[in-house]
Amino acid sequence: MQTQMLDGGFTQPALQAATAFRSVMEAMARPGTIQTMVDAAPPAPLSPAAGAVLLTLCDTETPLYLAGGCDTPDIRTWIAFHTGAPLVGPSACQFALGSWADLMPLSAYPIGTSEYPDRSTTLIVEMPELTQAGATLTGPGIKETAALSLPETAAFQANGAQYPLGLDFIFTCADRLAALPRSTEVR
Amino acid sequence: MYVAVKGGERAIENAHAWLAEERRGDVNVPELSVAQIREQMALAVNRVMAEGSLFDPDLAALAIKQARGDLIEAIFLIRAYRTTLPRFGTSEPIATDTMACDRRISATFKDVPGGQVLGPTFDYTHRLLDFKLAADGDVADAPQRETDQADVPHVTDFLNREGLIEEAPHDDTVPRDLTREPLEMPADRPLRLQALARADEGFTLSLAYSTQRGYARNHAFVGELRIGTVDVEMDIPELGFAIDIGEITITECESVNQFTGSKTEPPQFTRGYGLVFGQTERKAISMALVDRAMRWEELGEDNVGAPVQDTEFVLYHSDNIQATGFLEHIKLPHYVDFQSELELVRKLRREAGAADMQEAAE
Amino acid sequence: MTDYNFAYLDEQTKRMIRRAILKGLAVPGYQVPFASREMPMPYGWGTGGVQVSAAVMTTDDQFKVIDQGADDTTNAVSIRSFFERTAGVATTTQTAEATVIQTRHRIPERDLTEGQILVYQVPIPEPLRFLEPRESETRKMHSLEEYGLMHVKLYEDISRHGHIATSYAYPVKVEGRYVMDPSPIPKFDNPKLSDCPAIQLFGAGREQRIYALPPYTQVVSLDFEDHPFVASKADHPCGLCGAEDSYLDEVIIDDAGGRMFVCSDTDYCTARQADGFKGKDAA
Repeated sequence: MQTQMLDGGFTQPALQAATAFRSVMEAMARPGTIQTMVDAAPPAPLSPAAGAVLLTLCDTETPLYLAGGCDTPDIRTWIAFHTGAPLVGPSACQFALGSWADLMPLSAYPIGTSEYPDRSTTLIVEMPELTQAGATLTGPGIKETAALSLPETAAFQANGAQYPLGLDFIFTCADRLAALPRSTEVR
Repeated sequence: MYVAVKGGERAIENAHAWLAEERRGDVNVPELSVAQIREQMALAVNRVMAEGSLFDPDLAALAIKQARGDLIEAIFLIRAYRTTLPRFGTSEPIATDTMACDRRISATFKDVPGGQVLGPTFDYTHRLLDFKLAADGDVADAPQRETDQADVPHVTDFLNREGLIEEAPHDDTVPRDLTREPLEMPADRPLRLQALARADEGFTLSLAYSTQRGYARNHAFVGELRIGTVDVEMDIPELGFAIDIGEITITECESVNQFTGSKTEPPQFTRGYGLVFGQTERKAISMALVDRAMRWEELGEDNVGAPVQDTEFVLYHSDNIQATGFLEHIKLPHYVDFQSELELVRKLRREAGAADMQEAAE
Repeated sequence: MTDYNFAYLDEQTKRMIRRAILKGLAVPGYQVPFASREMPMPYGWGTGGVQVSAAVMTTDDQFKVIDQGADDTTNAVSIRSFFERTAGVATTTQTAEATVIQTRHRIPERDLTEGQILVYQVPIPEPLRFLEPRESETRKMHSLEEYGLMHVKLYEDISRHGHIATSYAYPVKVEGRYVMDPSPIPKFDNPKLSDCPAIQLFGAGREQRIYALPPYTQVVSLDFEDHPFVASKADHPCGLCGAEDSYLDEVIIDDAGGRMFVCSDTDYCTARQADGFKGKDAA
C-alpha cells in the first residue's frame, strides 16, 4: 500500500469529524447555503469537501457506490483505509459519489419505503462550481427562497414529487459544500 | 419569600457522598472484596453477566458491589460499560455438544448417552435455613471421581433420528444484532432469542409460567438442561484459522413440546430453546418456554391472544434496563406538564361548575 | 472515567447518529430509527437527547441544558456536567449565548436564532402511541398518512369536555405531512416550533428514534375549525419579574396553600429582573 494513500484523513478524527458534520448538517438543514469544510486531502480527482464528507459519514456499515471517474484504484484504497465502507452498485448503496453525469440515472438508487423513507441513498455530487445562483429553492430550512447552482432542475422536481420518499443530495466543490434534501421544492 | 432553587450541583455531590457511605455500611464490619462476591455470590454474578450481556465475572462482581447488591443497577453498570468496548470481531458459534458438563439432566429419558449428572443444584435441598452458615462457612470437600465424559450428544438428536421432532436445520445466516441496530418488527427467531437471552429473569419467568397455566400452553418437557463450560473460538483472518480465546460457563435448555399438528405441520415434537451465560437455569428454562410460545405463527398454531404470543409486547417490555429507566423517570421533575394539566383540570371544573349552576337556575 | 472519546460516544456510533439526523432533517417530522446505545444514565432521563447532543457538539460550542425550563434542576445539572467532563465543552445558562441547548419539556422564552440547535429529550416519540400501542401498526398509519384516529380522539375530547383535553405533548403536523409528537412541552410552547430560525432535533433513546425540524419548517398544532388551537398558560404575571408572556410554574409557599406563579424559564426571569423588571412578589 502506498503511503500517501494513508494520508489525507483527519488528524484529529473526533474533533474534525464533529466540525465537518456541523457543516454538513447546516447545509442539509438550510438548503441553498454554502458551507466550508474542514481539511481532508483525498486523492485526485476527489474534492477535499467530498473527502471530508466520506470521512464524517461513511464506515463499514455504509455501502458506497463510486460512479465513473471517482472509481479509481487510488480512491478505492483511500476509502478502504480511512472508512472501510464496502463498495457496491447503485441499487444497494447508502451513499453514492461522483459527478452528476456519472451518477445517472437517478432511478438506479433506493428511495426508501413508505414505512422507512429514511432508507434512501444520499448522493455526493462533485460539482465544477457551486454558487448561490440558479434554481430557486423553497421549503423546510429556507426562510423565503434560496438559490443554488444545481446541475439541472427537472431531476430534482421529479425527486421532490416522490416525497416523503426520495434521494438527498450533497454537492461538493473544492472545500465547499451545499445540500438539497428531497423536501426542497426546486423551480 | 420564594427564591428559585439553586445548588443542584452541590445536592448531587452530597447525595453521591452519602450513597458511598451507605454502600460501605458499618465500617466495623469488614469490607467485601470483589473476589468474595465473585466466588460466594456466583449466581448473582451470573445473572448480572447474562442480562448485562457481558461475560466477565470480575466486572459483574464489581458492579454488584458498587450497586449495593441491586442486581438491575449492576446490570445497568455492565451494559453501560459494555457499549464502550471496541469490537474486535465475532466468535464462531459455540458447540454445546462438546460442553464439559457440571450438570446435565433430561426429563424425557431415564438414561441417555453421557448420563444424567445432577451437579451442584438446589433442587433437592430442603429449604431449611442453615444456621451453621451464620457462624462459619467451612464446608467438607465434595466427593470426587474421574470423569468419563466424552462428547455429550443432545437428547433432541435422538428424537430427531426417529423423525419425531421438528427439524432444526443448520443456518449460517448472520443474525441481526439488537445492540447495534434498532429493534424492528417482525422479529425473526434469532433476534427474539437474543432479546430473551438478555431479558429480565423475572419477566421471562412470569411469561413462561403463564404458558404453563394455559395462556398459550405448549406442553413443555425439559428435553435437556445442561450447564458447563464451552470453548470460545474466534476466526483470525491474519492466521486463516480459528483459535481458542477462552472458556465460558453457560446454561442451555432444550424443551421438547408436545404438538398434535396444525394446518401446516404434522404431529411431532417441537422445540423451544434457551441459552444463557453462567449457571442460570431458571432463566434458561423460562427462555425455552417463551421462545416456543412465540413460534406459534411459524408452526401454524392459533393466536389465542395470550400475552406471550404477542412478540411485539414481549420484546418491547423484556429489557429491565429500559423498563427501570422509564419507570423511574417519573420521579424527575414534571412541573411543567403538571402545571398544564392543573390549568386544564381547573378550567374544565370551572366550566362544569358554571354549567351546573345554570342548570340549577333553569 | 478516563480514556473515553470526545463527547463519550465512539466515532462509529456518532456517525450512525449523524446519518440519522441528516435523514431526519430531509424528512421533517418523520421518526428515523437509530441504534440507540446504552448510556451511562438511565433510559427516560435524556439518553436520546444526550446522544444527539454528543453527535452534534463541537469544541466551539456553548452548551446549555434545561429541564422544566430551568438550568439548575438536578437532571439538567447532571447532563451539563457529563458534557463538561467528557467533551470539555463550554457551558452557559444564557439562552442568547448558547449554540446547543438540550431541553426537557420546554422551549426557551427568548426567540431562538439561526446559529442555534435545540435538542429535545423525548420519552415517547410516537404521537399515535396512546391510541395504538403497536409500533407495527403506527408505522403503517404514518406511511398511509392515516391520522383519522388522532382526530377522532381530539374530537371526543371536545364532545365530552368542550375542549381538547391535551395540555402537553400536544400533537402537531409538520409541513402538511407527518403528525409529530413535540415531546412533553406544554402546548403553550407549540407555536414556537413553527418557523423557528434554529435547528430542532428530537432524540428518543429508549424508543430508538430521532426526528428533526429544519429551520423555518411549518408546524401546525392539530385542531378543528370550530375549535381552534389555543396556546394557554396560567393567567397570571410572573411574581418575580412581572412577565405576562412567559410560561409559569406554580409554587406553593406556605402551609395555608398560598401560592405564587414564577417563570419556568429561569434564564428569562433572571435577565428580566436584572433589567429592572419586578413582579409583585419580588423582594
